[in-house]
Amino acid sequence: MSVGVFILVSVIKSLIVLIVLLTAVAYTVWLERKVVGHMQNRWGPTRVGPFGLLQPAADGLKFLFKEDLTPPHVYKPLFLAAPMMALIFALTSIAVIPFGNSIPIFGYSIPLEITDVNIGLLVILGVTSMGVYGVALAGWSSNNKYSLLGGLRASAQMISYEIALGLSLVGVLIQSGSFSLRNIVEAQAGRFLWIIPRWNIFHGQFIGFFIYLMAAYAETNRIPFDLPEAETELVAGYHTEYSSMKFAMFFMAEYANMITVACLATILFFGGWNGPLAGPPIVRALLPLVWFVAKVFCFLFLYIWVRGTLPRFRYDQLMSFGWKFLLPLAIANLVITAIVVAW
Amino acid sequence: MSFHLLLFLAFGAVCAGGAINLLAQRHPINSALSLIAVMAALSGEYLLLGAEFVAAVQVIVYAGAIMVLFVFVIMLLNAGEEEETKGSRVAILFGVPGILIGGVLMAWVVLRHSGTIAVGIGALPGPPTDIAQLLFHDFLLPFEVTSVLILIAIMGAVVLASKPELPAGKVD
Repeated sequence: MSVGVFILVSVIKSLIVLIVLLTAVAYTVWLERKVVGHMQNRWGPTRVGPFGLLQPAADGLKFLFKEDLTPPHVYKPLFLAAPMMALIFALTSIAVIPFGNSIPIFGYSIPLEITDVNIGLLVILGVTSMGVYGVALAGWSSNNKYSLLGGLRASAQMISYEIALGLSLVGVLIQSGSFSLRNIVEAQAGRFLWIIPRWNIFHGQFIGFFIYLMAAYAETNRIPFDLPEAETELVAGYHTEYSSMKFAMFFMAEYANMITVACLATILFFGGWNGPLAGPPIVRALLPLVWFVAKVFCFLFLYIWVRGTLPRFRYDQLMSFGWKFLLPLAIANLVITAIVVAW
Repeated sequence: MSFHLLLFLAFGAVCAGGAINLLAQRHPINSALSLIAVMAALSGEYLLLGAEFVAAVQVIVYAGAIMVLFVFVIMLLNAGEEEETKGSRVAILFGVPGILIGGVLMAWVVLRHSGTIAVGIGALPGPPTDIAQLLFHDFLLPFEVTSVLILIAIMGAVVLASKPELPAGKVD
């Protein structure tokens, strides 16, 4: 593949992934409103288009036409930069996530991901650890006590749960022996006892998956860990002073992070695009993508389900849960996995 | 000029610019953010050397964790802009000769090694497997000793930070 073709293919792939991701973000919001609506015995959006399917477009237009207020006493450079930082880091981490095997197009074998790096998992951890700045700086630069408390809570919470998150991934890394997300998925191919797929969750990482799941909820600031924006105590937390498209950027960042976390869970614990294959060659080529999307969808549904079910933790409960329960559990899981693999 | 050299110079410029900006800014949070830019640019330089693991760790640990704590403390104390001072006499008495001596030493080292060839990409251990081999096989004892030292430091920090115990029956 020559340099020109490589650049062309990379640009096209980046554009496609970005468009699909942003559309997925918009429809995850729709899904959330719809599902939570049905759980609470109401209909959710119904007016715009069939089943309210055009609601995301209406929401987007509304965000664009709302007045863009900048309160007088904010620290302006950071007030403007914070939502951009949040969104940029949320969209960057999707770049190293593989969605499927290579597919042949015009004689070239195109891998279904923007770039395959051999430290893919570390890149995602690095980018998501930078994402906290958007939230923390938004809280600080707003010059508002509710925002500041939200920003402080966000940074403390994300630092605390990042440790448990990182340790929960080490078990998977020991089993697959690689940081490359593609290798991790390929290590989960096949099945044992003829019927159970060889996914990491059925292969010793059951506890690791639950630690990952809980830490990921805390990292994405979702219920039951949405203390940085707890409405009942902090108005809207770190984005209290934001309006119009700047608020929408925080919103999009949150949902983009949810999708990245769901993709990562699928790759690390649920075998990625592995699944039964059958039918003519074109179906065989596209089925892995379908399995991947289906698994990610299940995770997003779980997110929404949890939001519709659980109340919010108190802040001290959040901290003691993270440090006194999740962290020791993650270390124990790591030690046991290491002993089993070495033996 | 190769693309590699171009990237090296670009990251180096960001690094030096960020470091100067760190000193020039009056507001502590701007200085902290410049330091983050320096860390990120440094990780780019490590990547150019083929040390991908060190680059990733640089971002995760320094830019993503330690600097978050810096920003956290600045936010918590709500530190305002620095006040302008006229500069201390100690800084002039010791600082100027210090900078001169440092500059001369650096120039001497650079001149002495002029003409040596830069380290090639991937010439030194960079991938995670090589680093793991070094840490957990070749240098296992020093690595473990260091980790014990860090553990002692952490325990010391916890003891210093914990509240003194109140006598029984008294409420804080």
